[in-house]
Amino acid sequence: MTQENRHMAFICSKGNLDMAYPALIMGWAALGNGVDVTIFFTFWGLDIINKKRMDRLQLPPVGIASMKTGMMGLPVDVGIPQLVGVLPGMTAVATALMRKKIADLEVPPVSEFLQMLQDAGAKLYACKMTVDMMGLSQEDFIDGVEIVTASDFVDMTEGAQIIFI
Amino acid sequence: MSEDLLATVAFDAEGYLQNPADWTPELAEAIAAREGIQLTDKHWQVIRFCREKAAETGKSPTLRQISLGTGIPIKELFQLFPKGPAKRVAKIAGLKKPEGCV
Repeated sequence: MTQENRHMAFICSKGNLDMAYPALIMGWAALGNGVDVTIFFTFWGLDIINKKRMDRLQLPPVGIASMKTGMMGLPVDVGIPQLVGVLPGMTAVATALMRKKIADLEVPPVSEFLQMLQDAGAKLYACKMTVDMMGLSQEDFIDGVEIVTASDFVDMTEGAQIIFI
Repeated sequence: MSEDLLATVAFDAEGYLQNPADWTPELAEAIAAREGIQLTDKHWQVIRFCREKAAETGKSPTLRQISLGTGIPIKELFQLFPKGPAKRVAKIAGLKKPEGCV
């Protein structure tokens, strides 16, 4: 009797840089453990598979209480005042800081990571409703992404562990 | 018999070799058989790379490091060592569990 493979499904609904990586990293770990992986991109998560945007994701520091000066190697760990966070250039600074930390750990950029995930067997899907809402089409996405409905997603993930990001 | 060989060395709870000095190519064959993998030259290329890298850095290489280091594509690594290449190579090569996440 064959045992069914464990299956994990990630729903990516955010497009900020910090929220793109959790599913990619955990999905990769799952594949490395012999688990089947499905990733469903919806709403702002479509940016992660959008050819033009995927390697240009940003991280606005506004509203991110956890982003404190300790991250920048400073001896004092205090928050950046929100009024400073909205100033022009601050998003670029926060984004650059995060990109450097990601690169220092030898974590690949989103485009390369998605290719690795697909090569390792992950299945990628885009939410049809969001695609229609944002006026996007198959050409906007990387190869291998299938546009499906929510109902399709529910069918595909029967028995799977579903993680919403 | 490979089962006898496996019985002579100690493995931890997850199946990794406890004492690196116990490793021999014959043991690798026995562990691979236990894992259900038939070792070919390509498999040995990966095993040798992982052992060299681990000796160099003190850590078992991650899947991406193996692919970049050997030039073998991710797809092929999953064919050679199905369901979790980095971990299975580490077991066969007598190394510790890989620590990195990529």
